[in-house]
Order: sequence, then C-alpha cells, then structure tokens
Amino acid sequence: MAKTQQFCTFFLQDQFFGVPVQQVQEVIRYQEMTRVPLVPSVIRGLINLRGQIVMALDLRRRFGMEDRTDSQLPMNVVVRTDDGAVSFLVDEIGDVLEADEEHFEPPPETLKGQARELVRGVYKLEQRLMLVLDTSRAVASADDGVRKVN
Amino acid sequence: MSDAEIVKEFLVESYENLDRLDQELIALEKDPGNRETLASIFRTIHTIKGTSGFLAFNQLEAVTHVGENLLARLRDRQLTLTPAITTALLSMVDAVRQMLGSIEDVGNEGERHDQELIVTLTRVMQTKNDTNPTAAPSPAQPESRQNALPEPGPKLGDILVSKGKADASDVTAAVDRQSEGDPRHVGEILVEKGVVQPRDVVDALNAQQQARGQSASDSTIRVDVAQLDRMMNGMSELVLLRNQIVQYSNSTDDSELLGTSQRLNLLTTELQEGVMKTRMQPIGNIWSKFPRTVRDVALGCGKQVRIEMEGKETELDKTIIEAIKDPLTHLVRNAVDHGIESPEVRRAVGKNPEGLLFLRAFHEGGQVNIEIMDDGGGLEFEKIRNKAIQKALISADQAARMTEREITKLIFLPGFSTAEKVTSVSGRGVGMDVVRTNIEKIGGIVDVQSKPGQSTTVRMKIPLTLAIIPALIVASGGDRYAIPQVSLLELVRLEGEQARKGIEQVNGAPVYRLRERLLPLVYLNRELKVDAKGQDAEAGEAQSVNIVVLRADDRQFGLVVDEINDTEEIVVKPLSKQLKTVNTYAGATIMGDGKVALILDVMGLAQRANVVSEVRDRSLSEEGGEEAQVAASGNQRKAVLLFQYGESGRMAVDLGLVARLEEFSRNTVEIAGDQEVVQYRGQIMPLIRVSEALEGRYRKAAESEQESLQVVVYSDKGRSVGLVVDRILDIVEESFVMQRQTGRNGILGSAVIQKRVTDILDVPGLIAAADQSQLLARAQA
Repeated sequence: MAKTQQFCTFFLQDQFFGVPVQQVQEVIRYQEMTRVPLVPSVIRGLINLRGQIVMALDLRRRFGMEDRTDSQLPMNVVVRTDDGAVSFLVDEIGDVLEADEEHFEPPPETLKGQARELVRGVYKLEQRLMLVLDTSRAVASADDGVRKVN
Repeated sequence: MSDAEIVKEFLVESYENLDRLDQELIALEKDPGNRETLASIFRTIHTIKGTSGFLAFNQLEAVTHVGENLLARLRDRQLTLTPAITTALLSMVDAVRQMLGSIEDVGNEGERHDQELIVTLTRVMQTKNDTNPTAAPSPAQPESRQNALPEPGPKLGDILVSKGKADASDVTAAVDRQSEGDPRHVGEILVEKGVVQPRDVVDALNAQQQARGQSASDSTIRVDVAQLDRMMNGMSELVLLRNQIVQYSNSTDDSELLGTSQRLNLLTTELQEGVMKTRMQPIGNIWSKFPRTVRDVALGCGKQVRIEMEGKETELDKTIIEAIKDPLTHLVRNAVDHGIESPEVRRAVGKNPEGLLFLRAFHEGGQVNIEIMDDGGGLEFEKIRNKAIQKALISADQAARMTEREITKLIFLPGFSTAEKVTSVSGRGVGMDVVRTNIEKIGGIVDVQSKPGQSTTVRMKIPLTLAIIPALIVASGGDRYAIPQVSLLELVRLEGEQARKGIEQVNGAPVYRLRERLLPLVYLNRELKVDAKGQDAEAGEAQSVNIVVLRADDRQFGLVVDEINDTEEIVVKPLSKQLKTVNTYAGATIMGDGKVALILDVMGLAQRANVVSEVRDRSLSEEGGEEAQVAASGNQRKAVLLFQYGESGRMAVDLGLVARLEEFSRNTVEIAGDQEVVQYRGQIMPLIRVSEALEGRYRKAAESEQESLQVVVYSDKGRSVGLVVDRILDIVEESFVMQRQTGRNGILGSAVIQKRVTDILDVPGLIAAADQSQLLARAQA
C-alpha cells in the first residue's frame, strides 16, 4: 500500500495547486479587505475572520502572474503558520484530493522565476498536474518583499 | 495535594515573603528599634526554615537556620543591627532566593557553596557590638518571646489550654523558661516535660495555622495571570460585539432593540472596567525593590541616599508594570550612581550629606505620571553640549542655538553615551535612549528637567492599559484609521476662505498658523501614498481641511485627513510580523461594522514625515537616512555594548548580559591561586582578560601601560565575573543580523554594527573556556 496524502486544491490562472489539508484552517469566500498602505503589493490587506485579524496574500502577485479582473473575486484559503493564520487569495477552490506519494516528483529544473522557490513538487494526477505550494516560503518571502520595498 | 503542589505553594509563598523581607530589612536598618518589623522578618525566615526542613531542602534549611539564630539574637537585644549584619542578612535573602529559583527550575537547591555565607552570618552574630541599642529596652518586658512575635491569631499555649490538653500554669512556666533563654518552642518544652503528647501539639499547631490563615485568604484569591489574559481577550471580543450591536441598533427604529442594546452598552462598560481592574497592580510592587537597589548602589559608590515614595498605590495594568520595571530600575540606579553627589561634595556645597531620591506617581487625565527626582548635581549642560558636538550628533552651529531644554533632550539620543560616561561617574545618559525607547514602545513619553546644582527630575507619562484604548477615527483615501487619543492634542477644521488661504508654504513645506505658531502639516494620504478621495485634496481646491493636531516626542504637527469621525474605544490587535516592518502602524482593530482599521503609530508617522527627524536621526554620520533606518527596523533591534579588542578589532556583547561597568585601578588586582581577582561588593570576583582568553596568549605588555582596567561585570546565578576589555567604546541599539561562526571559542558570530564588522562575544562560552584552561594549567603545574 502506497502512502497517500490529502490536499486542499485551488486554481491560479490555469494552474492547479494543492496544499496539505493539515495546514489549512478553512476556506472562505471573498471577504472585504482593508488595504495596508506602504507594504508590498503582495499583501492585499487585512480581513476580519470572526474577530481575528488575518493578513491576505495574493498568490497571483506572489507568483508574478497578472492580476485578476475587477469582476473576478478571489477566494480565501486560510492556512496556519508560525505567525498565526494567513489567508492566500486564489482564483477558485477545487476539491479535496487524495494523492499517492508514488506520483510525486520534485519540480523540474526548468521551473523559472518565483515558482522555483514556491513549488515543493508536482503530483502527476490522472487528469492533470498538481503543484504543491510551500506555504511557509510563500509567507516568509512576502516578508522579504517588505524589506525590499522599503 | 501532591508533593509537587506543596513545593509550588511553598515557592509562591516564599517568593512573596522574600520580596517583603528585602524591604523590611532596609526599613529595619533605618529604624533598628522597630520590634514589629524584626518580628515579621523573624517569622518569615522561621517559616521558610521550617518548611524547607519538612520538604528536605537541607541546604536551604542550613542557611535559614543560621539566619534565624542571628535574628533571634537581634530580637533578644543581644545584638544591635549594624550595616554589616544587614548586609549579611541581605546576602542570606539572596542565597535563599537563588535556592528557591533553583528548586523551581530543576527541583533542588543546586550545587551550593554557602559555607562562607554561613560563616559570615555566624561571625557577625558573635561580634560584640557595644553600640547602645537605639531603643532602650524597657525593663518591664521580660515576656520577650511571645510579645516579640505578635502573631495574629491565638497562641499555641492558649489553644492547648482551651482544648484541655495542658494547664495554664504549665504553659506559663514554659513561656517563662523561654524568656530565660530556652531557645525551644513552647510546644517542645511542654512535650519534654511530659505535660502534653506530641500529637496534641501538632493538632494545636494546625489549628493555629488555620486561625491565622483565614483572615487573609478569606478576602483574596490567587489567580493565574494567563487566566486573566484569557478573560481580557474575551472582554475585548465582547467590546467589539457591543460596538457592532450598538451601531446596528442605532440604524433601526426598533425601540426594544435600542433599549436592550443601551443596557448592553452600559453593562459592557462596567464589566470592562471590572476586568481591567483585576489586572491592575499598584506601582509599589516594583518600587518596593528600590530601597534595596538604592542601598546597594549607594553603598557601592560610597554615597548616602534616602529614598522617599509618594503614590505607591497608583495602579497600572500588569503588562505595563512589567514594561516599565527595567527602565525605572535603570533610572533609579542612574540617579544614585550619577545624580547624587558624594557626602563630601554635598557637604561642601551646603547640602545635607544624605541625598534624597524621591519617587512620585499619580493619575492625571487617564494616564499615570511617574517622577523620579534626585537632589543631586543636575545635568551639566556644557558637557552635554560638547559631547554631542564631539559625537557629531549635532553641529557646533546647532549647539550654539540650543536652549537648555533642548540640550537636556540630547541625553536621550542613541549613541550619546560614550566610553567615559559608561565607566566613570561623570555624567548621566548611559542607556537613556534605551529607557526612552522602552517607554515609548508602550505609548508613554519621558522627559528630563534639571536644575544645575540642585536636582534632576525624570518625568514619564504612561497609559493605564494597552489592550483597549480610546482612539479617534479618521478617514483618508477612503480608508479609516485609528489614532490613539494619547497623542491627540486638538482638532482644527478650516472652511471656505480659510481652507484656501490658511495653509501656507515654507519652501514647499506646508504649515498652518496655530495660535501664531507655525504648525508643520503632514498629509496622511501623501505619507501613506494613497489617493485622496476622488479629487486632488491640494489645499487650494478643497472645500474644507481637517487637521488633527498630534504630539510626537514633544513636537506638534498637524495631520491632514479627509474626514474626522468619532472617538471610540478600540481593541488593539497586534499586526502580523510581516506588517510590523513598516513603523507607521501600531496595530489594527475591528470597527463597529466588522471591518478592519489600522491604528496609526504617531511616532512612526512623524519620523516618516521627518517631523521629529533632526533629533531622532541616529547621527549625522549615518547618511543612509530614512531608507537605511526603515530597512534596519526590519530586524529586531538589540542593545549591545561595544568595546575595542586588540589594536583595532571591535567586539560587542549583549547589553542584557552586562550587570555593570567598572573601572579598577591596577593595584587593586590581587592574585588568588593563579587567577587574577578583585574585591568587588563584598565578593571576590575573578577577572578574565578577554583578549587573552580569546587568543590564548599573554599580552601583558599592552595592558601594563594602562593605569586602570575597564571591566564588564557579568553575573549569573550569584557568581560575578569581570571581563577585562581593552577599551569600552559605546552602547548602541541597532538591528543587525548575526552570522554564526563556529570554531572560535567564545565568539558567537559576527555582524555589521555601526557599519563595521563586529564580533559578538559569547560570555558564558568564554567563561567556560577560561575555567577549563585554568584547570588545565593547574593540572599541568
């Protein structure tokens, strides 16, 4: 019996991503945000998650993809990090999938740009490929971004 | 109750008692005749001794036993209190505290070498002192023991009599024997005489304990602070919810809902006050440690200092109490060390040889004011002025134009304190910037006033609490922001003609004439780089201009915003790490409508807008300007002591590890074994020459030229070690990234501090290495 892991999946542009379910606190629809001036644009703002203030990071901007159109409202994937909960803004939410470790492969050498540090690897699913997001890197490098901008 | 619980309770109780003990010993030194104080001290030590014996902490018992004997002789007037005795007793208290700490950490007293202490205690006990007791013993007091210990609650003898276990006459006989010098307890004497059974005595003791315990424990309970924090968090949520409901109900015409929400409003406010009150502690809790601090520092530098306090009962939130503890201690030490002159100097200028340190706390306008006043020599303005020029903090030109008040402020500049100031007793300002940073961190302000030759007063204004604060809600660029009310001075609204003409320019910098003084203006939207709502809000075109007059660091500036809303009680929520790197925000809060609003950090904003730049800037030499500063603030700022190492090397040590900086004359260095030592505060302190220890070779030639040794005193678990350095350079607070380095003993790594590569010293590692090489040397010898 091969080992399997459950993933919470989502879409960014036309790519399919997954985050291990254990890291995900919840998935919620679009929330109104309060923008935070002077910080890097990756940080879209702060949302009120039942009294808890959570920072929202736009994964499209994180990956250097182009912005969503105004009519396209992002969804929130709230993950737990060492520094409290952080919400990732994504295009659409997919199913929770069970993936077999047999089908895992590290990212190809040809992977370029931001994706290189943010993608931990790829699951070869029957229909498509699922990119595994390194959540702590996604949050931590936003941190670096703050310093750079300032 | 498990053993662990019993030990825990013993620790909690003993810690409380110890804190009191410090104060009582100091009080007793002032008033040696006070029998009640003496009795109370005796009781505390007696209790610790008893319990430690019961719990088999033998070393603790041994030390307290000798202490108790000494106290008994004092109580019985066979001895009078001398400073030597007080010092011995205080060392005993320290030893007890260390042992308790060790018990708490590792479950036992640890490796102890208290023989010396015990010998000291025994020695002072045996010295005959001929000084007359201050309070002459009145002849009509033969019943010393029972009266000397005015224990609340019934006496043991009375309990035994009332239970029919002993006759009143037997008890009286036993008490008489005690007063004749029998050191044992009444119970023991009675048991020995066969009057009562040991069991009865134990029963009676328990009954006595109960009777005593009741009075205090009935009205108060101990609560875990974490529990209070949880309560406060819950309370914060409730306040938020209340704000939301009140806002919603105001928009409906449902009268029943309106009435209910109003009652909810009132109740929540009351409850909030109640919960906040539980977290309040009197400032006396930290002040109570100061008499001891003052005594030690004063004794160490040969001064006489009296400490007076007013407003001990003034209450502050626990987190704030914690935050101001270190800055206050620092100021108190500073005042004694540097502020108050030596008795000779004081006499020469016609002052009372005994200096006065006066602490005062009082409430004013929702804040707490704390003042630390000493009647010492005051600040030397000329010296400060020269120093600041020398350190390139200000130009000579600037200095010439500065008023005394402005010069006073210079001592708060980072980088002001210098090598000479650090080691000698010449001035103040050591780490004053750290004090100020810490006070400002909790939203307080600090200010110094000095009358040359007469006094120095440090004043602080501290907020009562941090969790829920009143704030003004403003809007700019379509977003709302909260401004803590503490920084708010007034609101100005310019309309029509005024709005167009009221704002003038000084070479491009907008200003407003506020009561004939120029108020620099800062546009919030421009600072935050957000668009003003819709149209361009240039002064000329706007219909009206809203100015929020704010105070940052004793300077005023006007913040121009689009709208001014209400003031509200807001709940401060911390920002995640990624957002703290921008110093413009103090936190975030959730508004009545459920949306998040940022809380502005007025100080940070003022710095960003250069309102307070000229004095706040680290120094003129650091030209990175704002960019460098903001980038640097991304990392944790850390205070370090810089010193020279070798010819040109620089080394830093975490300021937290530095107990004191001292200068020893060469001829005070003695040799014990093959170790260089100095006598320091009644202890023998080993010296480690840093350069030597690091390089493992002897460099006698270089050092013998110096008359005195500059020593960084490091204390750990009661052991002091002096690190001899080549030259102390500075104390700086900077953020830096340390690159770890392995392979060099005693060095943690290196970092860029003040734009220079600086090694960071690993003090414990260095000491361990030095210890080891000593052992090796000895083994070879």
